[in-house]
Amino acid sequence: MFGILRTLWLTFLHMGHRRVTVGYPETRPALPPRYRGRIILSRDPDGLERCVACNLCAVACPVDCISLQKAEQDGRWYPEYFRINFSRCIFCGFCEEACPTYAIQLTPDFEMSEYVRPNLVYEKEDLLISGTGKYPDYSFYRVSGVEIPGKDKGEAEREQPPVDVRSLLP
Amino acid sequence: MATIHIDGRPFPARPGENLLQACLEAGADLPYFCWHPELGSVGACRQCAVRQYSGPDDRTGRIVMACMTPVTDGAILSIDDAEAREFRASVVEWLMTNHPHDCPVCAEGGECHLQDMTVMTGHAVRRYRFTKRTHRNQDLGPFVNHEMNRCIACYRCVRFYRDYAGGEDLAAFATHNDVYFGRHADGALENGFSGNLVEICPTGVFTDKPFSAVYSRKWDLRGAPSVCTHCAVGCNTIVNARQDTTRRVLNRYHDAVNRYFLCDRGRFGHGFIAAPSRLRAPLARIDGRPTPVPVQDALRRFQMMAQDGPVVGIGSTRASLESNFALRTLAGPARFSTGMAEPEHGLTRLVADLLRTTPARNPTLHEMESADAVLILGENVTVTAPRAGLALRQAVRQATFDIADAARIPRWMDAAVRTLGSEARSPLFIATPGPTDLDPIARATSRAAPDDIARLGFAIAHSLDPTAPEVADLPEDAARLAADIAATLRAAARPLIVAGTQYGTAALPQAAAAIATALAAHGVDAALSLVLPDCDSMGLALMDGLSLDAVRALARDGGIGTLVVMENDLSRRLDPAALDALLAAVPHLVVIDHTATPLSARADLILPSATFAECGGTLVSTEGRAQRFLQVLFPDLPLQAGWRWARDLAQAADPGKAPDWQDLDDIIAAIAAATPSLAPIGRAAPDAAYRLDGARLRSEPPRISGRTAVRANISVRDRPPPAAPDTPLAPTMEGAYGPATPGALVPYYQAPGWNSVQSLNRFQQEIGGPMRGGDAGVRLLDGDGTPRPRPAYATAIPAPFAPRAGEILLLPEPRLFGTEELSSLSPPVAARVEAAALRIADDSGTAPTIALRLDGQSVVLPVIRDPALPPGIALCPPHMALRAFTAPAWAIVQPDGGDAP
Ligand code: SF4
Ligand code: SF4
Ligand code: SF4
Ligand code: SF4
Ligand code: FES
Repeated sequence: MFGILRTLWLTFLHMGHRRVTVGYPETRPALPPRYRGRIILSRDPDGLERCVACNLCAVACPVDCISLQKAEQDGRWYPEYFRINFSRCIFCGFCEEACPTYAIQLTPDFEMSEYVRPNLVYEKEDLLISGTGKYPDYSFYRVSGVEIPGKDKGEAEREQPPVDVRSLLP
Repeated sequence: MATIHIDGRPFPARPGENLLQACLEAGADLPYFCWHPELGSVGACRQCAVRQYSGPDDRTGRIVMACMTPVTDGAILSIDDAEAREFRASVVEWLMTNHPHDCPVCAEGGECHLQDMTVMTGHAVRRYRFTKRTHRNQDLGPFVNHEMNRCIACYRCVRFYRDYAGGEDLAAFATHNDVYFGRHADGALENGFSGNLVEICPTGVFTDKPFSAVYSRKWDLRGAPSVCTHCAVGCNTIVNARQDTTRRVLNRYHDAVNRYFLCDRGRFGHGFIAAPSRLRAPLARIDGRPTPVPVQDALRRFQMMAQDGPVVGIGSTRASLESNFALRTLAGPARFSTGMAEPEHGLTRLVADLLRTTPARNPTLHEMESADAVLILGENVTVTAPRAGLALRQAVRQATFDIADAARIPRWMDAAVRTLGSEARSPLFIATPGPTDLDPIARATSRAAPDDIARLGFAIAHSLDPTAPEVADLPEDAARLAADIAATLRAAARPLIVAGTQYGTAALPQAAAAIATALAAHGVDAALSLVLPDCDSMGLALMDGLSLDAVRALARDGGIGTLVVMENDLSRRLDPAALDALLAAVPHLVVIDHTATPLSARADLILPSATFAECGGTLVSTEGRAQRFLQVLFPDLPLQAGWRWARDLAQAADPGKAPDWQDLDDIIAAIAAATPSLAPIGRAAPDAAYRLDGARLRSEPPRISGRTAVRANISVRDRPPPAAPDTPLAPTMEGAYGPATPGALVPYYQAPGWNSVQSLNRFQQEIGGPMRGGDAGVRLLDGDGTPRPRPAYATAIPAPFAPRAGEILLLPEPRLFGTEELSSLSPPVAARVEAAALRIADDSGTAPTIALRLDGQSVVLPVIRDPALPPGIALCPPHMALRAFTAPAWAIVQPDGGDAP
């Protein structure tokens, strides 16, 4: 008896609360930027592909839904193909955590339902955006020691010019 | 056995080894860089520091380098000691100060010893905030990538390349922090073992260049134990594959055979699997054009052909025992050919007979390394059996080891031993027509024609044992050399005689066997090693069959209705006229091969077979060791193993009598039952029913990635793993795996905390010893261990070589790259092939080319004049300018040849 009255009372109290359910899709919630939704591949500040095909996101993924193949041009690694099977993805964000270049990022977009599963297989063309995403400044190749067009040996951050191996000076 | 105490726990240790080895054998995680099990210790990296106490009462102890400290009984040490840990952490931190931020784009990542050791020492946060030194890279040719920034100056590369493999074009330059490992200038690494730098270097400085083009992380690669098919040594390999393509070949340790190293032909020769020359569908000649047909149609066509007369099968020295045996069953033993023409056919059998009857040891490669006197009799071993050449290079170090033993310096103290014995070399005598890579370390070399070399050999035998036939008219200098070599071999404890079939003469292996027999008569523990040309030459010698010459005779008499050729390009064995005559006399030609050849272009029916990566099988190495290679790729029909095609053809021709082999183990059992000399091959590796800890072994690492995405562009449905009836390895990541995996079944090396190839240490009973799970392969020529009766000496001593006027004796001189059939189709190897040239004695001519006529063919070849070569002979690479040239032949020198282009 007391229980029923208590429940009625609580329900009554709720009439004064702010509503949390919204009338989606007419009303859209504001999701924080770190929400874990649709995955994208971003570009570095110079507008080039950030992903260096290191395969770390693929191996971190607990459902193994990321697959890619490394290719190389002028010393720069990039994925020849990059595929995410979103029909398997659990949006855990491990891939983003594993990525050493900030290339792979989860976004607040979750509206990606499809009627057939193959439509949930995203290739690099579907994933690659034209901006830097959440991390505007970082560029892996400015830190890494490999030589790429436009950045010679010794021109990365905190690097000395290349050694002259024929010099015996201390 | 000594006992050492590591952090309070006793462990057995071998006296004579160092503490680092002992700790690793005890299963401890002790980081190291510069020590290598085959190269020994130099104490350069200071990474293996431990605290050693002088006794139970010693409470302070001292920090020592484990790799430089010999094991003593009762030694007490601590790996866990706080100061030792801090010492090791500082060392890694220093090594990392200049290390680039490269792991994501480093092909070593995921199997990097430096990564492993950094994690092991606990160095996680970079404190160094200053600038890093950088280096420029070099282009080192098609095999090896160079990224010098990643170097930690452990010196392993130069110690292997220069000290172990005898290379000269890789060195350490500059000083202190700047030290640089590279060539004096850009250019391909010249040494034939340069690919081992990839595994030797503990960092990503040297990485596999062809692999980089199809790169995958180690955790994504399926592996299978395999056997190299590019010469007769039979080095053990691991083949890695992903997404239906092979990606690379790695060394697989076999303590008696290749141990830690492969030659570059073996490591980079697998590219033929994906080359455009691959055959992938049955092709029937319809209206004169090869046209793809379904399998059933192809078999029906064969059924029709088989009604037109007897089926004759030609096997191949590059096909597995199984494929050869299946073909032999299809054609019948009397109509099966080994696919070798004379003289190779007879020589191959002779070699098998000599190895079976000579009362001398038939050494393993590892035993060859400890020979203390070596005579090479007419074989350029570094090109015909490259890995054996590397073993012989180590043999000359025996004298050094003797000096070190006398001075009580352990053999693994590499720098000390090399300095101490730098002048001392065990005797190595080389008698060959042309120069060889081993010449610089030989005590004496003799340049002579093959017949004269054989005479020298027989003279040595006679001088050792007067009952051996005497060589008449021996020139005085040859007699002196023979007596000198005889005395040296007689004085040695473990002399080794090496010969082979390269120069197509029976006299050379016979002379070598005569010397070994004569030495054995004196009670010397002599060894005889004979080199055959191809990966399954010995298998065919033991299987027996007709020579190609006999097949030609059969065809001339109209005795062939259909000729079935298994993985053998006859255009490399028969000169064009002979091949035309053979094919003209044969109504139907069926070729089973994985690679298109000039022969397959003429076939009426082509059936695509599987390469060594796509099927399982057995090969018999020149040492007589049967070894199994297992499947790493599982292609769909119509690609199938050669033996399955032969079985299907037999079923099409005569369903009643055809064999009913379902899997590899069935046919292996059939071979063992039918051929007594091959009966033990079943023991070469565990069969498909093998279980470790009650489970099938896995062939994929446990963390393979992308399984639900890799095929999702084709279908999002899961696919069951392929059926794998021929192999005990499951083609998945589920299954057993561990240090007790049999050596014949190791799909990859990995141990907790050890992701690089260095994890091999965990799989060995003792470092450098046999595998915990047992070694791979089974030796077939050893007999039952009863002492062998002394065989009669060969009496057919050749006459002295006599040059002919206007003619020149062409001798086959194979090359590391370019003369072996399949590796030449691999793009990185093809990039290293140099144009064919003729090496002749100095004829005081100046023309850059020479024109020859041989068997009705004319060729013009560039010449290299070599004053050291005996006059009247010329060294010519086989299968290059003259495709069918394999055996010595007299060629007519065209007088005006020099003017030709
Ligand atoms: S969010 Fe998780 S499940 Fe989805 S791709 Fe990334 S790692 Fe895989
Ligand atoms: S972890 Fe980042 S850089 Fe590496 S493959 Fe994935 S997206 Fe590319
Ligand atoms: S060598 Fe090893 S630690 Fe260095 S960048 Fe390559 S993977 Fe990383
Ligand atoms: S290149 Fe590799 S093997 Fe050579 S010293 Fe540097 S890290 Fe060691
Ligand atoms: S491994 Fe001991 S000092 Fe390098």
